[in-house]
Amino acid sequence: MRVYGTELTSPLMLGTALYDSPAILAESVRVARPGVVTVSLRRESAGSQAGQAFWELIRGLQVPVLPNTAGCHTVREAITTAQMAREVFGTDWVKLEVIGQGDLLQPDVFALVEAARLLTEEGFKVFPYTTEDLVVAERLLRAGCEVLMPWGAPIGSGRGLNNLFGLRALRAHFPEIPMVIDAGIGRPSHAVTAFELGYDAILINTAVAKAGDPVGMAQAFHLACEVGKLARAADPMEARDMAVPSTPTLGKAVFAS
Amino acid sequence: MAGSGPTILIQGGGVSGLVTAVTLAEGGARVTLSEAGPRIGSGASWYAGGMLAPWCEAEAAPAEVTRDSLQSLSWWADHVPGVVRNGSLVVAPPRDQVELSRFGRRTSHFETLGSARIAELEPDLEGRFDHALYFPEEGHVDPRCALSGLRERLLTLGGKIRLDSSVKDGSFDWVIDCTGLNARETETNLRGVRGEMILVRCPEVTLHRPVRMLHPRIPIYIVPRAQSVFMVGATMVESDDSREITVRAMSELLNALYTLHPAFAEAEIIEANAGVRPSYPDNVPRVHRDGQRLSVNGMYRHGFLLSPARAAEAAGIIFGDQA
Repeated sequence: MRVYGTELTSPLMLGTALYDSPAILAESVRVARPGVVTVSLRRESAGSQAGQAFWELIRGLQVPVLPNTAGCHTVREAITTAQMAREVFGTDWVKLEVIGQGDLLQPDVFALVEAARLLTEEGFKVFPYTTEDLVVAERLLRAGCEVLMPWGAPIGSGRGLNNLFGLRALRAHFPEIPMVIDAGIGRPSHAVTAFELGYDAILINTAVAKAGDPVGMAQAFHLACEVGKLARAADPMEARDMAVPSTPTLGKAVFAS
Repeated sequence: MAGSGPTILIQGGGVSGLVTAVTLAEGGARVTLSEAGPRIGSGASWYAGGMLAPWCEAEAAPAEVTRDSLQSLSWWADHVPGVVRNGSLVVAPPRDQVELSRFGRRTSHFETLGSARIAELEPDLEGRFDHALYFPEEGHVDPRCALSGLRERLLTLGGKIRLDSSVKDGSFDWVIDCTGLNARETETNLRGVRGEMILVRCPEVTLHRPVRMLHPRIPIYIVPRAQSVFMVGATMVESDDSREITVRAMSELLNALYTLHPAFAEAEIIEANAGVRPSYPDNVPRVHRDGQRLSVNGMYRHGFLLSPARAAEAAGIIFGDQA
């Protein structure tokens, strides 16, 4: 996937939270070979530079970092966090999350568009975490975003792609825009489906971090991304309403007896 | 001072320093323990939960943590008063039942209880949970009582305690660094993991064992202590920040407490604190040797659980060398 002029080495984006230890995180990253890792500043730092040791660890993974604004509920919070991330990681990329609803961690799309506009004006390259809403997507692009990150399902829920129709419509409506399924992917099969729908990348965290064997699951997702991309490129057959035998039975009858 | 064994300086009077000091003194070493803080246990150990839960910890820790911590229950029972061996209970709110089955898949040595058995074990939780996991072989101890018990024990064994970090280390046969995050200059891959905790007093509720309340975002535990005091912990934040407890942490901990039993709404908050756990990248405590210097560090959240095993490892090195 090419985004903001940069070609990512893999369509897998991997979050760095919730692992049982940094050692397991590092091993999962090594196996998953993600194109970027995401890191949350707000929660991990308790609002200061005190998260340095963990950030150092993230930088040590040797994978491009996409800082996020997870846990931010207002435009102001998100912008402050993005500015801090730029300082800490030396990147103008930011995954923009503005949460509007606590229970489902649903994006506040109004604040999201506003924050995306302000951050773009400040020179940030914004990766917005949004819903599959076409109108919001349009507004985000107008605000300066060059990539869209619709949810598959609520963050950490592992419910997969909840609204296939909506995700198809979004994909079809903006065929040229790089798009990432962000949030909700729980299993490698969900990832494969995302690529089959034409999405360019996926972002996962809990699905790997909270698997019984995170490193094994990291490998499974690495392969799922390969499978999904290959399947998409190979132009899958359409579902039909009637059976079509793969061996012509007509000819067979003649030669069989 | 008793014995003619090696002279040993132990730097750091937290749980790992004290357990190591007592273990070595019992082996005949002449031990001096130095602590830079104002009293024994002024670091992360003071804020520990004191759960002796080798099997529950397997939910998020590698198998070696469970294996090495099996001895900790009898070690603590042999060394300090007040070790309770009533097991531990794991519950989840109704809509987070999948967390309970996940926990069960990752752990062993438990029984699955229905509501009747839960009520038998913990009458105050009657009717509040349909299912629980019960780990009957686990235990708990009040960390502060345990630390002062070890201090007494060390003095009885002839060990010396100096509240002074400037004790010259040149005159000792061995020096053991148990200073946690203060050892970062030499233990360069240590990092801090911040934890926040609260103590409440609540005579309306009685619990006989630690209760872990699972939640997809904020898993917490509640450990009963003497005189109707309960310890509620603990957050896990990748940070060295040791400032006071945050509003977020306090509301999360208190919400979970209230979910366990609404009578906690009337509990008195007697303490709220934050500490920083010294941790290696794999979150497993380690003993390192460099000549006549040892380091016992990276206790993470396993200080009470793994100090006995790591102290035995250090003793093996020291007494093995003497032989």
